[in-house]
Amino acid sequence: MYYIDYDPFVLPFTLGVLALLVMLFWKFFQWWDKLQPEDRIVIRTGLRSGKLLAILKEVFLESLIHRRMWKQNPLQGYMHMTFAFGWFMLILIGNVESRIHSGVEFNMPYYPIFFKFFLDSNEGLPFSKSFTFIMDFFLLLVLSGLVLAMFKRVNAKLYGMKKPAKPEAIDRIALTALWFIFPLRLLAESFTSAVTGTGGFLTGNLGEFLSGWLPARLLAYPAWWSYSVALSVFFVCMPFTRYMHIPAEVLLIYLRHLGFKPSKTYDFFSVVEVNSCPSCGVCVESCQLKSSLGHGNIVPAYFLRGLKKDREDMQAVNECMLCGRCQQVCPVGIHVNDIRIQRRDLLNKQVVFNYPYLPPPDHQKADVVYFAGCMTHLTPGIKRSVENILKAAGIHYLFLDKEGGICCGRPLQIAGLWDSARQLVESNQRLIRQSGARLLLTSCPICLKVFREEYDLRIPVMHHSQYLVQLIEAELINVAFSSREVSYHDPCELGRGCGIFEEPRQLISRIAGLQEITAGREKSLCCGGSLGGLSLSFQERKRLASDALKQLLAGQPDLLITACPLCKKTFQPLSPVGVMDIAEFLYTAMEQKTRTAQPEVLINCNETVAVL
Amino acid sequence: MMTKTVAVIGGGPAGMEASKELAFNGFQVVLLESGARLGGHMNQWDRLFPNKRPAGEILESLYRNFPGSITVMTETNITSIGRNADRFILRTAGRDVIEADALLVCTGFRVFDAILKEEYGYGIYDNVITSVDLEQWFKEKRPVLTSHGRVPATVGFIHCVGSRDEKSGNLHCSKVCCVTAVKQAVELKEKLPEARIFCFYMDLRMFGLGYEELYKESQEKYRIQFIRGRLSEAFENMDGSLMAKVEDTLTAKPLRINLDLLVLMVGFLPSDGTAAIGSLLGLTFNPNGFLQPRDGHLQPHDTEQQGVFLAGSCKGPKNLEETLADARSAVLRIRQYLTN
Repeated sequence: MYYIDYDPFVLPFTLGVLALLVMLFWKFFQWWDKLQPEDRIVIRTGLRSGKLLAILKEVFLESLIHRRMWKQNPLQGYMHMTFAFGWFMLILIGNVESRIHSGVEFNMPYYPIFFKFFLDSNEGLPFSKSFTFIMDFFLLLVLSGLVLAMFKRVNAKLYGMKKPAKPEAIDRIALTALWFIFPLRLLAESFTSAVTGTGGFLTGNLGEFLSGWLPARLLAYPAWWSYSVALSVFFVCMPFTRYMHIPAEVLLIYLRHLGFKPSKTYDFFSVVEVNSCPSCGVCVESCQLKSSLGHGNIVPAYFLRGLKKDREDMQAVNECMLCGRCQQVCPVGIHVNDIRIQRRDLLNKQVVFNYPYLPPPDHQKADVVYFAGCMTHLTPGIKRSVENILKAAGIHYLFLDKEGGICCGRPLQIAGLWDSARQLVESNQRLIRQSGARLLLTSCPICLKVFREEYDLRIPVMHHSQYLVQLIEAELINVAFSSREVSYHDPCELGRGCGIFEEPRQLISRIAGLQEITAGREKSLCCGGSLGGLSLSFQERKRLASDALKQLLAGQPDLLITACPLCKKTFQPLSPVGVMDIAEFLYTAMEQKTRTAQPEVLINCNETVAVL
Repeated sequence: MMTKTVAVIGGGPAGMEASKELAFNGFQVVLLESGARLGGHMNQWDRLFPNKRPAGEILESLYRNFPGSITVMTETNITSIGRNADRFILRTAGRDVIEADALLVCTGFRVFDAILKEEYGYGIYDNVITSVDLEQWFKEKRPVLTSHGRVPATVGFIHCVGSRDEKSGNLHCSKVCCVTAVKQAVELKEKLPEARIFCFYMDLRMFGLGYEELYKESQEKYRIQFIRGRLSEAFENMDGSLMAKVEDTLTAKPLRINLDLLVLMVGFLPSDGTAAIGSLLGLTFNPNGFLQPRDGHLQPHDTEQQGVFLAGSCKGPKNLEETLADARSAVLRIRQYLTN
């Protein structure tokens, strides 16, 4: 038997799907244009790469189940899951059901969607009880999510959010259409069921109930029309709204599995990331520029939306401190710091610098090379403590930038000036390599990050907080525990930037009581001094720092310890308690007899690296 | 008519001068000072610009003919200020209660804490001192030596430390440090004729009569070298001397210079007393934290609070002449207020 069921009410839906497909293809080809030929090959052959299973698994877990969203916020996770997974299952099982019924592999695309309309009775349909139950179950699941979504719009506080991201006009239209789709489906199927008896526990019972006091037979047809129109409106709007994230995120997961990463320019991958932002608004509450300064437009939800719609907000590009707090909570894992730097790069392309270099000083060779960094030279208390500790431990080291050195390149990189940064990186790299170092030690997390990510050094690079704790453990220095209570501030570049959270805590715990604070580790606040914020005034920075201090000093510690010269410099003038770098703090805690310099012992590198 | 009482808060030059004049005008005066003795910063100063007059002379003249009718309370900290109709009621940490018909705030300034400009190494490197430290050395007739006991061969004066520096949180010019640096450089050269002395400045603001002359003399007679450029950072050498990194902005060249002694010209900030009394009275602060008179031109002593008047450097950086003149002018205003 082969027949095509048709009724004019399916037209809005069918045309809507068609428009959506055309728009998606058009968008995709626009993005495709930005791709390098070799990347195109990777993408084309990706499906055969053997990673398909892993990709499908992640698409299932992230796009349908919303695993990361669950972790951020279970209520939000459930809401997103019901819509995505519930709707997906309705489509999937609807297809199976309708195909079994029609007995053919080819179906009109609208057929499974409006299956119940074309079904006269369940007779002769295999497994009809199971199908109706499952379909009603998933419809109920979606509807439960819808109720939560409506509550969220009314009262976001229930979701631990002060405010959801504000939707734009077209988003509102799509949102309204989306909200109408499932209740309309429920009504249409219920009314039809009242006539045909094809409904399950939900639609069947509701149909029976409604038909008791409503003319179900009369209302069924308009309900199917409305359902089709709601679907159509949603599909037509979708490519221009935040719901574009649904197809984009699938593509993003695919690309990530093929090894795509953010590059230095705003490219295909960036565009896919930008489009994958669902404007869920989780980032809104993480931004200090919003909480301290009221600059809400900086948060990714709005910045990325502007970018998507070619309405780029230059303030959001340049003012952001790149602290990474929003990235940390993003359920899609969008590299928004990279995207902002890429946009800065576009701005600054024409700037040309000329750096003449002094001939490099003649250094002795040493196993441990200490690079203090520019910011540490502005806080000489830190470099002095590090040197004193190294001397006391008898470490044979070379202070590479003792009389000033070349900038590590990170400030230029943050400003998007890659070519200029490259010049610095190469010159500095040459100097470090010439020193014969087997271990590079730095006091500045800003340098640390760029040494690790952009330099080709092939030796371990450590922040002093990591190295010094090893010196204690190797008993090269002895420390005394004091009853002082301190609070530790995780610098952005050290913590979120390089993943170093534990070593500073281990070190501090050896010498004083460490208070744990609510905004610790990954959630740490930016001090406000960040090199990232290109357009922040000193007054604004002061406000950011004061607000961060309130959190850090909530437990009334005796001292505030940090591990970045810039953070120390930012907090120091505003803090009612003393602010110290972790190296300075360690030096104060060293027992007097061990504070004097030991005759220099050459620790051979194997030992040193073993100490790592 | 009952004799009216004026409480003068702060016993530096402005507070002392105003107290004397108020007493001569027939008012009861209570002079409250948080420190151990009157005279304020004048006590730490050796000689004054531009004529190198000993600071002691000024202190002496402030004490001379100091009316016995003035109640002087030193080591007194005010904890609360209330009002009962037109009278102020001041309570002190020592549980004294003072009643007054008018208040004159002369709480003055403090100097910038050079430790906060860590890149200059104060408190870290032994041979970095402030202008206040150097003046103290002069006053104590202490020989000028490095921490290693050597006579410094090169000395650098760094202008604008904590002034005109947004990073330090202070946008204002402290006004008096330029000429103080010139005065101290000259005095140092008189003591150490062999030393090479440098001043690193942004602008030289020689606003008073005689200042420009002193500046000229310092170059022609004393061979002080003036380099336009801000110190970026100082490094300590093995021998305890300092390597200063500066940009000479007139020749547009970066410069490194070895200095045996570095003197930081610390700027003017509102004193802790200015901040505390201003808050207790609910006065208006200007963006730099000094007290804001109701109208800088026409009502320079009045505040938003009736009966509360301001004088001296609690309103902003002032040299001694201006401070004393301001104190006398405030007395006229208070007399007008209390006799009406």
